[in-house]
Amino acid sequence: MNDIPTRASAVIIGAGIVGNSLACHLARLGWRDIVLVDKGPMPNPGGSTGHASNFIFPIEYSKMMMELTRDSTEQYKALGVFTESGGIEVARTAGRMEELRRRGSAARAWGIPARHLSPAEVAKLVPYLDESVILGGLYFPTVGVVDSLRAGTLMREEAQQSGALQVLAGTEVLGIDTAPGGRAGRKVATVRTTKGDMDTDCCVICCGVWSPRIAQLAGAHIPLTPVVHQMISVGPVPLFADTVGEIAYPIVRDVDTNMYERQHGGDMEVGSYAHRPIIVGPDDIPSIEESVLSPTEMPFTQDDFDPQLLQALELMPDLLGDERVGIRYSINGLISMTPDGHPALGETPEVSGLWSVAASWIKEGPGIARAVAEWMTGAVPEIDIHEADISRFHAHQRTTAHVTARAREGFNKMYGIVHPSEQWESGRPLRLSPAHDRERDLGAAFIETAGWERPNWYASNENLLERYSGRLMPREAEWESRWWSPIINAEHLAMRDSCGLIDLSAFAVLDITGPGALAAVQSAAVAQLDVRAGRVVYTSLLDEAGGFRADLTIMRLGPETFRVVTGGATGMMDKQWLRDQLPADGSAQISDVTSSWATFGVWGPDARTVLQAVTDSDLSHGGFPFATCREIEIGGVMVLASRISYVGELGWELYVPMEQGARVWDTIWAAGVPHGLVPVGIGVYGTTGRLEKGYRAYGAELAADYNLVEAGMTRPKVKLQPFRGKEAYLAQREQPPCAVLCTLTVDDHRSAAGTLRYMLGGEPILTPAGESLTDAKGRPSYVTSAGSGPSVGKHLLMAYLPAGHAREGNRLAVEYMAEQYPVTVAVAGATPLFDPENTRVRS
Amino acid sequence: MEILVCVKRVPMVGGKVVVTPDGQDVDTRMSGFAVSPHEECAVEEAVQITQRLGGTVTVLTLGPAEAADQLRDMLALGAGHGVLLETDGREWGPMATAAAIADAARRRGVGPDGGYDLLLFGNEAADTGDYQVPVRVAHALGLPCVTAIKNLEITESGAGAGAAGGSGAGGAAGARARASREYRGIEEAFDLALPAVISVKEGINLPRYPSLPGRLRAKRAVIEQFRPEYRGEGLRKELLRVPPGESKRAEILGTGTDAVPALVRLFEEFGVLS
Repeated sequence: MNDIPTRASAVIIGAGIVGNSLACHLARLGWRDIVLVDKGPMPNPGGSTGHASNFIFPIEYSKMMMELTRDSTEQYKALGVFTESGGIEVARTAGRMEELRRRGSAARAWGIPARHLSPAEVAKLVPYLDESVILGGLYFPTVGVVDSLRAGTLMREEAQQSGALQVLAGTEVLGIDTAPGGRAGRKVATVRTTKGDMDTDCCVICCGVWSPRIAQLAGAHIPLTPVVHQMISVGPVPLFADTVGEIAYPIVRDVDTNMYERQHGGDMEVGSYAHRPIIVGPDDIPSIEESVLSPTEMPFTQDDFDPQLLQALELMPDLLGDERVGIRYSINGLISMTPDGHPALGETPEVSGLWSVAASWIKEGPGIARAVAEWMTGAVPEIDIHEADISRFHAHQRTTAHVTARAREGFNKMYGIVHPSEQWESGRPLRLSPAHDRERDLGAAFIETAGWERPNWYASNENLLERYSGRLMPREAEWESRWWSPIINAEHLAMRDSCGLIDLSAFAVLDITGPGALAAVQSAAVAQLDVRAGRVVYTSLLDEAGGFRADLTIMRLGPETFRVVTGGATGMMDKQWLRDQLPADGSAQISDVTSSWATFGVWGPDARTVLQAVTDSDLSHGGFPFATCREIEIGGVMVLASRISYVGELGWELYVPMEQGARVWDTIWAAGVPHGLVPVGIGVYGTTGRLEKGYRAYGAELAADYNLVEAGMTRPKVKLQPFRGKEAYLAQREQPPCAVLCTLTVDDHRSAAGTLRYMLGGEPILTPAGESLTDAKGRPSYVTSAGSGPSVGKHLLMAYLPAGHAREGNRLAVEYMAEQYPVTVAVAGATPLFDPENTRVRS
Repeated sequence: MEILVCVKRVPMVGGKVVVTPDGQDVDTRMSGFAVSPHEECAVEEAVQITQRLGGTVTVLTLGPAEAADQLRDMLALGAGHGVLLETDGREWGPMATAAAIADAARRRGVGPDGGYDLLLFGNEAADTGDYQVPVRVAHALGLPCVTAIKNLEITESGAGAGAAGGSGAGGAAGARARASREYRGIEEAFDLALPAVISVKEGINLPRYPSLPGRLRAKRAVIEQFRPEYRGEGLRKELLRVPPGESKRAEILGTGTDAVPALVRLFEEFGVLS
């Protein structure tokens, strides 16, 4: 019955919701000879799927998670295991009421039905809730519950019945052997189990909380940690005695107390994310035999939950305070948490053919499985899952210390009010620029990117506030002034008036070298890279469907040497993407040299004057043209200077050997201050400077579901050489775009309460009558980036608009905090709002 | 009716018992602790009696400081007072345990006028299974004792078979217990005058789950603490070893509809179907 095959096309480890769904989707995509292995019994092998509360709210903070949840919900519905119950997020505090208004707008942006309710309206839907405890609620009618074990069984059986899948229950994986080869240098060869060994090129880890341990068998990392989520189930609830089915009342998320209450038949489940974070080591999970209930249902630690009992009683006093209703089940359930809260999906960077599909919840499991199955099959996943790509993690982010610290910090934010610029506090500072001490002394307000401490603005520039008074668009509302300062706008204006010094050391710097280097970059990049040494090329990288995969600059430093500079946050993903483009013959290598190079930018009308004062090299427009790079000497240090700009000003990026960085900073500082040089933070570089110039950002405007034509980034000619995504791109050029990236200005910021409000991104764009805008591909229009444009005196929004609405001067509206504000399309396309002729950059 | 129920903190175990590397304890890192199941039934029985007849339930344990958790679990089920005889973690034998419990009972007194009318125990502890403590406590206090009881009825004087005459103020003079148990297919019934010591077995009732208000009351409750002096005795724990024992065996009853008759037989055996 359990004859083990000697070879499999794919070995899936773990038969929870993810593994079962993945087996099904691979089978649907034509895979055969798949084996699904689990050490536990079917249908509930003892992982987190077995104790999940199984409810699905359609709203998420991330577009990716929202789309995965939507796809999963559709799959559950198709399997007939979804029951719609509705769900309500209730607010106990004024701050939360504000958050619900923001969430309502976000729901609107994604086409998710949502309605604000008064306390009495909440109580009407949930009669056992004490309305005096709450200020209001946000009702999501499409919330529902699923039977995830049944769904997994159905999907597993579908794959079995199609003859594609063999299931090995009660089979423990003992080892994953690797062999030399593959893009990573090592590839999966054999999966060893208690029932025998199987040769395979493809092993997929769907092991939830056990994933790190299983990955370790092959020498790979899956950065997640098991974390306790406490849940109790109380019953029998007399009120539920007469209800039909599993659930008849809406699920309540009591978000201010980090709790939820959900009917489950005759019982009420009360779950909490409020207790102290309890991290469980991957080796401290009991075996199936040792477990009292199951390995992921660990003994309940009552003291941790007691404070939550009071809060639950406050909200539902009669139902939960009934002496006849008992706590029948209580667990410390284990769930998976990654350092940034997103799943860990994709081929591991360390071992080719070893895939991770981990840190998924019930709500996104089937959607994730479908996306990864598409990816494994060589297709571009329909849902852009790059934010969950396991290759995103930098080395330090894979350390146990980092994973547990961030999981600890993230746990209590599960239902928290999370600001778009929210900063992590643990594990900092870690990566420091050589100018860090100088920046700290200048009063830098640091934010973190990929472990780097980056100045957002400098308190030392406070004196500029007076100079630019009246042009700074100060923000009255606390929410919008969080992680923000009017100093950012003052730095922006000072840079445009004289010049600014910006620390960009968080850039990821990747060198591609060898005889095959040109072929590698040519095959990856849209732009022509067969240029003379000393050219700097700004380019997009596309996937096969012509969606954006990266947006970066490449310097040709020599015949066989290219230097790729990209954002710190996406650096490791871009590295893996480029690695996979290297010629198979080993004629080119890629190496991460980020830690070797500090990067400073000097931009502004006086940038040439300042830099020329510290170097003998010719920096004239003719002598050092735009989009070129070369080595120059600054104060006895050999510096690679690159004349480009992301802020729309004359100037250079300077790549300085890390240990000599402080000297170069000091040299420029001393020469620049007399000319009005100011330190400028990332608040300018990442937002205000680029928005005025219409420069797009990867992850915001540039995402896999939009293309170069829609983004207004086509060039007159397409290079002759092949590159990834070329066919799709050529086809896109033949079609009129069904959406156009526009820059909009906000015409009136005053709210009904009389406060000036400033959008931060993610808000829906509406017609003046308040109707949603959706393009011909069904994509809703929403704000991809938002920020001040101090030089143009407007708050700027970028958004893809349906082609018919992308007309300059077109008047529309943006919804923010449940109110509408008038906006005008200022630019349809890529023409900068500031300095439209680009004379500054090319002066 | 004043009832003292004695409980013990014991390791919860899953399918497989794991012993710590030094062989001195059951490894509870993955499993946690509970009250012996027989004792949970004793607490339930006591709560039901006091709900019917009035009075209070005092729950007592001898064990480490952490055993207060188990007392609170029982307080959440409706017991009114908790008494912890705190030890330093050393193993106490049944003689010493019984002596300490008897001392604690004497502190309150036994019998009418505020003393304990009934001392309830579980038949045996889930971990050591000594079967001795209730009998030894009864002997020390000079009380009648019956063990392994599966059915218990308490009647106050005047309410049942007894003679006329009221009970003393706040006491239960003249109260009696009718206790019965199964022994080799025969029901043995006992009629005892209270105060008495009775140990019960699982099946006497179905213990309730704690309510939320019960749990919160238990959290706030003050637990009386004493530190009885350690008394060693002849028995010493040398080493724990898990016997090789029979490994679990799964039998496949059949697949699909073929399995139905076997399944029905099994349900009948369990008493789920009749």
